[in-house]
Amino acid sequence: MIKARGLARRFTTKTGPVDAVAGVDIDVAEGELVGFLGPNGAGKSTTLRMLTTLLQPTAGEATIAGHDLLTDPAGVRRNIGYVGQKNGSGQDQRVADELEFQARFYGLSKHDARTKVSDLLERFDLQGLEKRGVITLSGGQQRRLDIAMGMLHDPRLLFLDEPSTALDPQSRRNLWDHIKQLKADGVTVFLTTHYLDEADYLSDRLLVIDHGSIVGEGSPDELKHRVSGDLVVLGTPQASIVASKFENAVIDGEKVSFRIPNGDRALPGLLRDLDNIGVELHSVQVHRPTLDDVFLTMTGRSLREEANAA
Amino acid sequence: MLRDTWLVFSRVMLPVLRNPVAVVFGIAQPLLYLGLFGPLLGEGGWQWFVPGLLVQMALFGTAYAGFSLLPEVRTGVMERLRVTPVSRVALLVGRVGKDVVLLVVQSLLIMLAAMLFGFRASAGQMLLGLGLVALLGIAIGSVSYAIALKVKLEYVFASVLSASIVPLMLLSGVLLPMSNGPQWLYWLSRINPLAHVVDAERSIFNPGSMFYGLVSVAALVLVGVFYGVRTFNKESA
Repeated sequence: MIKARGLARRFTTKTGPVDAVAGVDIDVAEGELVGFLGPNGAGKSTTLRMLTTLLQPTAGEATIAGHDLLTDPAGVRRNIGYVGQKNGSGQDQRVADELEFQARFYGLSKHDARTKVSDLLERFDLQGLEKRGVITLSGGQQRRLDIAMGMLHDPRLLFLDEPSTALDPQSRRNLWDHIKQLKADGVTVFLTTHYLDEADYLSDRLLVIDHGSIVGEGSPDELKHRVSGDLVVLGTPQASIVASKFENAVIDGEKVSFRIPNGDRALPGLLRDLDNIGVELHSVQVHRPTLDDVFLTMTGRSLREEANAA
Repeated sequence: MLRDTWLVFSRVMLPVLRNPVAVVFGIAQPLLYLGLFGPLLGEGGWQWFVPGLLVQMALFGTAYAGFSLLPEVRTGVMERLRVTPVSRVALLVGRVGKDVVLLVVQSLLIMLAAMLFGFRASAGQMLLGLGLVALLGIAIGSVSYAIALKVKLEYVFASVLSASIVPLMLLSGVLLPMSNGPQWLYWLSRINPLAHVVDAERSIFNPGSMFYGLVSVAALVLVGVFYGVRTFNKESA
């Protein structure tokens, strides 16, 4: 669905050229839900804007939904849906009007547009709001309207830029369910986020971007595995014996903690071995690394700090 | 392209039709000029003043049009529209179309109101007068949207507007004949294309030549639309 090679964007500023995106390769297969994770300013939105024809790349090439980005941007536009970071419906418009015009911008007839609009109002829980002014909608409703506007022409590929920013936890959860449903319906989804929980919950696969380059790629679990292994914490009165069996083990009273790869699978064998040498255990915990740990090892910076600083 | 333009036009026209009171408020200012300034010009002043007032309406009505684009640029509306296959030219022309339709309706209302004061015009003259006003509106509206798209900020746009509109209006002879002033001021007004458009509009309702006015308005439309289309193509490629 997406195949990009060496896609780059250089901005010229007063202090000299800045490579917002330094040349990225992106492959997304049909039906995948791919998360594009990175701190603010990492190049997420710039990449997305290039993939959606909003911004001309300064280098590289890409095929999006079967159309060449550089030679056939109109073909790309016809076949993708795009939901930007900011609300895309006019504040002085009514909900149903905006949807109907949007459908007709994609070439639907008036009749088809109306049918499609009522479908999507239902699908995104917006029934009853047809005649409401956009300005009167809640944040969650506006966001669902934005996504509905991106889906009027049944695109097989949908781009979402920071879909849940500024939503309350309940609306976020609800939005996530809608996004998961799109995937279940066979839509390929490419979304950017700087929220780890969102990336973790939604994505089949993650691309991690920092300073304009992709620094990691894989499923959320794969990425976590690759980092530093899982943290295992064993509660035992014989802490020093247990600690001597593992590298870099840390003793804290009657608790021993250490990292091992694939902790969930290694644990049964490990417990048997300890039992065989007569070690008594009274508690066992396995902590999977979070995506924050992943981000920290890949970039040397914590994504959470970035998000807080922003 | 035509379909796209019609759709963009309908989209921006709909809120206006839903709330037509704004159109009436839009003619409050020219009505005040008509009632509180027009009588100062004395007997026979109406034939001279009303055409100028129409040009002033075209200037103010469409120069501020760009303001309606700014919230759509700041929120994600323009971006959303740019990712649809809709023609970039239609995004401009459809909007200008709305402003010109409103301008023509308002100008007609003002002409009819002026008739109550003593302004006299045939249907043909009114049609011609509205046509010239509409052409000027197309030119100024296109430029206004293009500048709004470039500067993106309300306060910058507002200062660009007042810095350009006030001299254009003062040097157009809308309120008083430029020939009343000193030579240098008269010559300054001659390099203002709007002054020629005012002369042309006046010569529709009075004896006089429309030639330089028509040349001016044709040039303004060409340059304005070209600049507008180019900006919309470039800024929203």
